[in-house]
Amino acid sequence: MDSGNDLTGSIRFIQGQDLSIPTFSILTMDGSIRSEAVESSMDRTTATKIYQDMVYIRILDQRMIAAQRQGRLSFYLTCSGEEAAVVGSVAGFRPQDMIMSQYREQAALRYRGFTSKQFMNQLLSNDLDLGKGRQMPIHYGSRSLNYMTISSTLATQIPQAAGYAYGQKMRGKDACTLCYFGDGAASEGDFHAGLNMAAVTNSPVVFVVRNNGYAISTPTSEQFSGDGIAPRGIGYGISAIRVDGNDILAVYEASVAARELALRTSHPVIIETMSYRLGAHSTSDDPSSYRSVAEEQEWREKDPIARMKIWLINRGWWSDAQEQSLQREYKEEILAALKSQEKRPLPPLDHLISDVYETTPKHLLAQFDQLLDHVGKYPNHYPAGDAYQQFGEKPLMQAT
Amino acid sequence: MQMNLLQAVNSALDIAMDSDDRVTCLGEDVGHFGGVFRATSKLQEKYGKQRCFNTPITEQGIVGFAIGLAAQGSIPVAEIQFADYIFPAFDQIVNEAAKFRYRSGDQYNCGGLTIRAPYGGGISGGLYHSQSPEAYFCHTPGLKVVIPSTAADAKGLLLSAIRDPDPVIFFEPKAIYRAEIGLVSDEDYEIPLGVADVVTQGEHITLVGWGAQMRELHRAAEMAKQDNISCEVIDLRSLLPWDLDTVASSVEKTGRLIVSHEAPLTGGFAGEIAAAIQERCFLSLESPILRVTGLDTPFPLVFEKEYLPDYLKIYEAIKKSVYF
Repeated sequence: MDSGNDLTGSIRFIQGQDLSIPTFSILTMDGSIRSEAVESSMDRTTATKIYQDMVYIRILDQRMIAAQRQGRLSFYLTCSGEEAAVVGSVAGFRPQDMIMSQYREQAALRYRGFTSKQFMNQLLSNDLDLGKGRQMPIHYGSRSLNYMTISSTLATQIPQAAGYAYGQKMRGKDACTLCYFGDGAASEGDFHAGLNMAAVTNSPVVFVVRNNGYAISTPTSEQFSGDGIAPRGIGYGISAIRVDGNDILAVYEASVAARELALRTSHPVIIETMSYRLGAHSTSDDPSSYRSVAEEQEWREKDPIARMKIWLINRGWWSDAQEQSLQREYKEEILAALKSQEKRPLPPLDHLISDVYETTPKHLLAQFDQLLDHVGKYPNHYPAGDAYQQFGEKPLMQAT
Repeated sequence: MQMNLLQAVNSALDIAMDSDDRVTCLGEDVGHFGGVFRATSKLQEKYGKQRCFNTPITEQGIVGFAIGLAAQGSIPVAEIQFADYIFPAFDQIVNEAAKFRYRSGDQYNCGGLTIRAPYGGGISGGLYHSQSPEAYFCHTPGLKVVIPSTAADAKGLLLSAIRDPDPVIFFEPKAIYRAEIGLVSDEDYEIPLGVADVVTQGEHITLVGWGAQMRELHRAAEMAKQDNISCEVIDLRSLLPWDLDTVASSVEKTGRLIVSHEAPLTGGFAGEIAAAIQERCFLSLESPILRVTGLDTPFPLVFEKEYLPDYLKIYEAIKKSVYF
């Protein structure tokens, strides 16, 4: 694509606001369809699955915040308010598509089939945690669900997603990469590096940026001064769309179209979902110190779950009776999973040193031997000492 | 056949790409141009633009992209044009590549990744075309760090690095890219990572180094020979993991050790070797372990010769150690 070929004899600066992207929306606040909007292709099975997963995540988030307050978890982080942005987007993709997310997209993992027990195993760092107890709560990952393990570092997954998608294209797979991040992460260098790499290498990756108004306490007005994130995609030669993130139909249709576009043209696409982080950044945060109750209330009235529910009921696809029984079922299931999985033991101590390398090198084995002798000397001082006492000599060894 | 170190690197890349179509070379100017040093010369011509291509000038983008590519199942060889410019990618290397397997509980890995970067001084490159940043990476579990000093080693070690199941940083001594010439087999061969090479057997003192510094060590050993001092010269080749056993058994025999690198003294990798050897060989040591290194300054321009730990400085250190 050439640029700079059109000449002009006049001085005219293009203003930052000149490129203003409208927000795609289908569903009105009262759950009806906007008259001029495209028709939604969402069928009943998909719609009820999406709805149930949004409800599930809302309940999970509420229960886990409570569990953290009770001291049963060290940390938690909700995606409350952004369920439609996440479930609506993942629903537009296929199971073979890789998801590379930030850390507020547990709803996508649920959509792919992550179970209550699997959530608990990770949150509680027990012996069944797929991540072997190595990362703080909410750093999920699942190979079988094509959900790349999360890292706390912001935006690092963006250039990686470009590379992953390039690999998918090279292998001729009917698959692309779905990459999530937030409005704050889009200020990181890796955002710019990743979008540029994706565009230049023609990689089929769909970026979904969740613009939720805040990066911890910093509002978007102090994060960037342009028209949000989507126009930046255009600067990199990437197709861009902005969507009402609380409108499940708009998010879904934009995502279905984005996937099709990315694979057909072998080129990246960016979707900016406009929403609001209804909860705190994490259990270590208190939003009352940086935003008003009135502002939160305004967004509570735009709740994406309530909005979808009205639409479903209007279509005759959902009822209050179903709602009640679903709520009860999920609450019981989550509570039961928490109770059973918190009784499970710690991962074995050799998980401390395994997987640093494919084969544990000699110097690390030597360090581990020293550690075992030490833990054996003071078993009561270390959590892994229990296993030591239980098994007599040395704590359970597996991988090495 | 006779090859210089750069041709050996090119030969390794050629063989790696020929023997496995998952091997992909990327970086600034590595495509048609073949890289600013020509390490990737003719590879795009031979294997196509999909497998050998230019990237935008974004080191964090190159490494991040390569990590994703490796996670998907490819075997990327990413070039950072000069080791001095690796720092924008530091987060991707240290926080991402190094921890990819560990943090996922071995569900995912980017073990196919190799990062190549020319490093080191001696080319009047000043602050930003001369650095030896190996110690930063040796401080990061999950990475492997390799530095060849000969053409034959460069080829065998690079083939091992590319095929290794863990991410490898491969620093190439650019000052001797063309000066270092030797017999290199046309065949596909590998030299195992983590194994040092005892290049010269000796009795009185052990000299340890890597990369371009090996030439200085050999020259200093030759000088010391005139004084009837017999030096055992060891090329470490891999810094992470490094071959403690080989160095320790040498020091148990000679009782003396000098470690030399171009990088600054404080926090340099010689410190790690010295600490490990004094712990392991305390009773065998006849004199303090000495480090002959660059100064604790940014890499200079006009005083490059004074800054570098050359053979004369090593020779003086040998005498200091032997006549302690």
